[in-house]
Amino acid sequence: MTAPAPAPNDLPRPGYWPWFGAFAFLFIVATQATGLVTSIPDRDMGDLQKIMYVHVPAAWIMSLTFAVVLWYSFLYLWKQRENDDLKAAAAAEVGSAFCGLTLILGMIWGRPAWGVWWAWDARLTSTLVLFLIFVGYLAMRAFVEDPHRRAQWSAAVGIMGAINVPIVYMSVRWWRTLHQVQSSPATVDSWYVFNLRANAFAFLFVMIYFIRQRYVAARYERAAELAVQAVALGRD
Amino acid sequence: MAGMSGRSRWLIAAAVVMIGAFGWLLYGGLDKNVVFFLTPKELLAKGTSGYEVPVRLGGQVKPKSVQWDSTSSDLRFVLTDGAGDVTVHAKGMPPQMFRDGMGVIVEGRYGRDNVFQSNSLMVKHSNEYHPPKPGESPQEAYKTLIKVSGA
Repeated sequence: MTAPAPAPNDLPRPGYWPWFGAFAFLFIVATQATGLVTSIPDRDMGDLQKIMYVHVPAAWIMSLTFAVVLWYSFLYLWKQRENDDLKAAAAAEVGSAFCGLTLILGMIWGRPAWGVWWAWDARLTSTLVLFLIFVGYLAMRAFVEDPHRRAQWSAAVGIMGAINVPIVYMSVRWWRTLHQVQSSPATVDSWYVFNLRANAFAFLFVMIYFIRQRYVAARYERAAELAVQAVALGRD
Repeated sequence: MAGMSGRSRWLIAAAVVMIGAFGWLLYGGLDKNVVFFLTPKELLAKGTSGYEVPVRLGGQVKPKSVQWDSTSSDLRFVLTDGAGDVTVHAKGMPPQMFRDGMGVIVEGRYGRDNVFQSNSLMVKHSNEYHPPKPGESPQEAYKTLIKVSGA
């Protein structure tokens, strides 16, 4: 499986992306600061409520990120384009990070709010399973050498992993859990809702920027690999 | 790029079957049977088979039922789901948000003396988040509980 090394012109260029990255980070600093400073402590849990400004947007955007994995995994299986595999993998990396963030922030919230760091209820367990599937996805990519086979296996695991997302979402409704069911604007103070949405957009921008950066890095890695192969095979 | 070889098709099929089986084991068996906790009504309906078996019990703290003894760290309260009441005995400081009307899950055993001996107490938060009403300050309920009951 030796595709010709792409000409440097084919590789993605920075363009306006550094500006977008700077914007995304300034935006998330602003929305987090607004949430921390301006929202009135919750009547039951005081300042602890502010953990939701990371936990909840991270969980939402994680779901979206795994939908991106699903999309590019199908696209790879359909079109067999290597770049789609690299896009799916970039999204899987970002999604795993957000999933880890969701779990850790949830635990930090749970210890004072519930009284325990962890409970094996359906929501927490299914989220952990989701996290482990995508950690497995990334580990598998590190072990499979052949890019074509790596892409096929990744697509299969990526699709199966993404199927878990709606299960995680519905788990609090399908089963009786310690984790609360989804809130809605009717059950949450409007200023908290505003802060949640602002932070969700901030996480979305960061997610887009991260996926783009990881994808570009993967493209350059592949180009370097192919260049090394070309030299080893004695081609120019 | 070449199409999939027969071998890789087979491998993908195997992976799909394996992961599918894994998912079925995890979720298929769960259904309604695997619940994180029983309600007082469900526990009481078990009759004598509900005694002295490890179980999680969830419901709401019945208002005005909380008795807290700060010297011996003894906590007693009634857990209710509206249809059934179970008296719960727990040791140690309850979590920060424990108070009248709050959702609570306890782990332990229901004794033959009809008192549930809890060795772990969790507060189940609802999906509601509101700032305190005018005149209230956050977490006051908790401080009041400890002060009043502990005094």
